[in-house]
Amino acid sequence: MVTDKITEILRRLQDVMDPEIPFLNVMEMGMVREVVQDGEAIVIRVTPTYSGCPATDVIAADVLEAAKNVHWNSRTEIVLTPAWTTDWIGEEARLKMAEHGIAPPTGQSADKAFLLGKDRITPCPLCKSDDTHMVSAFGSTACKAHFQCNSCLEPFDHFKCI
Amino acid sequence: MTKAQHIEWLLSLADDALILGQRLSEWCGHAPALEEDIALSNIALDLIGQSRVLLTHTGQLEGLGRDEDRLAFFRSDREYRNLLLVELPNGHFGDTIARQFFYDQFALIRYTHLAQQGFDPDVAAIAAKALKEVRYHAAHSADWVVRLGDGTELSKARMQESIDRLWPYTGECFEAHPILDAAIASGAMPDRKQAQDTWSERVTSILAQATLTLPQGSWNQLGGRDGVHTEHLSYMLAEMQVVPRQHPDAKW
Repeated sequence: MVTDKITEILRRLQDVMDPEIPFLNVMEMGMVREVVQDGEAIVIRVTPTYSGCPATDVIAADVLEAAKNVHWNSRTEIVLTPAWTTDWIGEEARLKMAEHGIAPPTGQSADKAFLLGKDRITPCPLCKSDDTHMVSAFGSTACKAHFQCNSCLEPFDHFKCI
Repeated sequence: MTKAQHIEWLLSLADDALILGQRLSEWCGHAPALEEDIALSNIALDLIGQSRVLLTHTGQLEGLGRDEDRLAFFRSDREYRNLLLVELPNGHFGDTIARQFFYDQFALIRYTHLAQQGFDPDVAAIAAKALKEVRYHAAHSADWVVRLGDGTELSKARMQESIDRLWPYTGECFEAHPILDAAIASGAMPDRKQAQDTWSERVTSILAQATLTLPQGSWNQLGGRDGVHTEHLSYMLAEMQVVPRQHPDAKW
């Protein structure tokens, strides 16, 4: 019975979207770490992306609502370890980002190249040119940097690697 | 560390982030360029986020039912444990950048250690996340120090002035204090001398790159860790706390 409910919750969580990236759900973002049984209750373990991300509270509330519709005795738990990393964003989600004009995080976490002061190649999600530059490391939301394409001149967001 | 010391230590971590975050948020809508406005607000958001989790953890350890809001909005200036550096007014953009630069270099060293220590695993988890964010902050503030320092005659003069003015507030990061010493003894904080050497080395190297002069003064302005603050903190808290204090049980 409970296993069925967990499966159903996992299915419904695919309809819980990140309010700031509304075409990606919390599963694709890697924010839901696991859904487990704890006695009579079902616990959904959620990992926040950025400490200060204002969307986290909304996401946790949406996740809880989706779960409670399946099993009344559900609760969420915030899990801090291991810290969320862009490595948890699935391949399909990265393609969706590119389709929506956001350059997805590339390569390994921590964006070492940027932090060491080297330029990293972030292709333009629109014209696919590699000739781009970073306007600012801080973009429209905590998780994005602001880039511009030198070829088509279009400004675009890049999902930062952390 | 005793439990009381543990709580005091956690407050020092949380308050540094909260007060600097609140200060930086004053730039929202006022920064010299749109990108910078967004950058400073983003950094402010990260810092306030870090303080939220740290304050929640502090409240749980304390066990008196105080949550993050209670700790942020219902403590007076004398109960705040932040460094004096982070409460200083924003001044001009160079002042804000100098303050951020000194703090970020300190935060990098502190969070690197916190993420690895075993004394408080909750803090280690919070620090592992915060470290990823602070790396971006540190790259940003160092970048500005170099651009302004190695910029025009005017920008260089003003940047040097900011660095000189804030210098006496940097020593407090590493100054001996009963709480800090207890935290070091428990392995929760990095060795003072070692941390200060690493910090000096990095700051010296970035200032050299910025063609700025490293201040030589060794006199330090202290008091923040004991709740003895500059007058600036009181005014800031008055503004930050007025709504929750007027309407203590309001929900929205």
